[in-house]
Amino acid sequence: MAPGAPSAWRIFRRNRAAVVAAVVLSLLTALALLGPPLAPFDPSRTGIGPSMAAPGAPHWFGTDELGRDVFSRAAGGMRISLLVGLGAAGAATLIGLCVGAVAGFFGGLLDDALMRVTEVFQVIPRFFLAILLVAFFGAGLFNIIFSIAILGWPEVARIVRAEVLTLRSRPYVDAARVAGASRARLIFGEILPNAMGPVVVNTSLLVGQAMLLEAGLSYLGLGDPSTVSLGVMLQEAQQIMRDAWWTTAFPGGLIFLAVLGLNLLGDGLNDVLDPRARER
Amino acid sequence: MAPQLLGYAARRLVQAVPMVFVIILINFILIHSAPGDPIDFLLGSSDATEEYIAQVRREFGLDQPLPAQFFAYVGKVVSFDLGYSLRFREQVLSLILDRLPATLLLMGSALVCSSLLGILLGAVAAQRPYSAADNAATLVALAGYSMPVFWLGQIMLIVFALNLAWFPTQGMMSLRAPREGFAMVLDIAHHLVLPVATYSAYHLALVFRLTRVKMQETLAQDFITTARAKGLPEGRVVYRHALRNAMLPVVTVIGLNFGFMLAGSVLTETVFAWPGTGRLLFDAIGARDYPLLMGLFTVLSVMVILANVLTDVIYAVIDPRVVYR
Repeated sequence: MAPGAPSAWRIFRRNRAAVVAAVVLSLLTALALLGPPLAPFDPSRTGIGPSMAAPGAPHWFGTDELGRDVFSRAAGGMRISLLVGLGAAGAATLIGLCVGAVAGFFGGLLDDALMRVTEVFQVIPRFFLAILLVAFFGAGLFNIIFSIAILGWPEVARIVRAEVLTLRSRPYVDAARVAGASRARLIFGEILPNAMGPVVVNTSLLVGQAMLLEAGLSYLGLGDPSTVSLGVMLQEAQQIMRDAWWTTAFPGGLIFLAVLGLNLLGDGLNDVLDPRARER
Repeated sequence: MAPQLLGYAARRLVQAVPMVFVIILINFILIHSAPGDPIDFLLGSSDATEEYIAQVRREFGLDQPLPAQFFAYVGKVVSFDLGYSLRFREQVLSLILDRLPATLLLMGSALVCSSLLGILLGAVAAQRPYSAADNAATLVALAGYSMPVFWLGQIMLIVFALNLAWFPTQGMMSLRAPREGFAMVLDIAHHLVLPVATYSAYHLALVFRLTRVKMQETLAQDFITTARAKGLPEGRVVYRHALRNAMLPVVTVIGLNFGFMLAGSVLTETVFAWPGTGRLLFDAIGARDYPLLMGLFTVLSVMVILANVLTDVIYAVIDPRVVYR
């Protein structure tokens, strides 16, 4: 970093919405990870409270028709939703990084072939492909994460490829090549670290998208039956929301907060990582 | 120009054909790679008779090597035979075609409303960037695509249909409503309001944000300065000179997002029990009706591919700079 340039934290701090988002995301993560100290009830035990009790102490988010504590269930659901979001976004980023880096670095026929595959994946309606994958291979958590990851990687590949294309002919890369660096070292040691900015921003957005997709799949009845995600809660709520609005309002509100937070965070990260965005 | 344009449209259509084969290939790979006997996925139900099972085995050439099976499969799809749904006791294709008009009505209404409103609001916001109104609108738009569309639908349903009782809770027509004339149109429109509002939120947010950015870029260009210097009224500069140019990428994005919009339609239809393909998909998932699932995937994918072609053609029409190749 050039002397006198503002530190990353100072740039990030200037984007107030992103700071608020980071705080909200930390709180949501704490809720998901800590669980019992914050949400004292067993999420799956029925009859903890009366059936469909309105929000209030001790059931802050009310109870569902089986008398389960919605707040405790939502805390557990947040954990699963975050796990799916991070897992799917991480996997998508990894696949996209590899495909994009190889395509951009080697170019030629390999590039053409990989980009054609990427294009195909961008044209087919990917949400429906995910539905098919989960319906055919079973609604396990791993399958759900994998299916959502398949939706996300083409964008990553395109971003990485574009970055690699501009970076690979830079003098510093030539210098490394002349110094005898291997291809792997050029890609992973010299080029990719400098291409990571937009990738990181995109990953933040991908986590949010993955959480929304998980919710969508669960809502259509393709959630993992052995775990409770926020999406599964919304699906359960469909039948009783007429009498108990809190069974949908709170779990959905948590998804909304998390995704909004991730989108705003991505915005803030963009300010830090993309020099062109700092001008404003 | 017209014959040139037709030729371009025809060429784009031909280029789209391989994509259709990719879709069929995906179905085929799924049938054969998913755990279980392919016959289960081709039947989609366990209450098939022995004769029917034998017949399906023969039709799909399941006793033959894989390539032959693939050609048998392609042959069926290409001749519009998408299989039979044992669950619904009907041909998959006719099931889907029955439901398609309702989905197109919902999608079309939402697409028109949200695109027009989004472009208009985006153009207005771009004239006063970073003002309080612009910041507020930008935040609302961000919220619009940060929430699960079906959750928004659930909330709308609770507030506007159950508590305020302004709109019906579900379906496309009232049970006792007249089945013809203007009264029927009104009844359907009444049922349309909530699903369209739900479904438009995401798209409206997207179009708004994009138009706003593109408008800002366009308004800073030289030809706008020229137009102003000529003494044209500001309204004419903004809405005729700038908006026309800013709208080009918006058209592309609407086309590229068609697939995601179909996904939104499925979820919205499920909330409001709208009798379209989305609702059908939901039922197919519940029953694990694989022939119907694959049929829906095929038909909806072909629609997305066609929408992409159509977008390119529309783009060529509205942007005179496009060279037909």
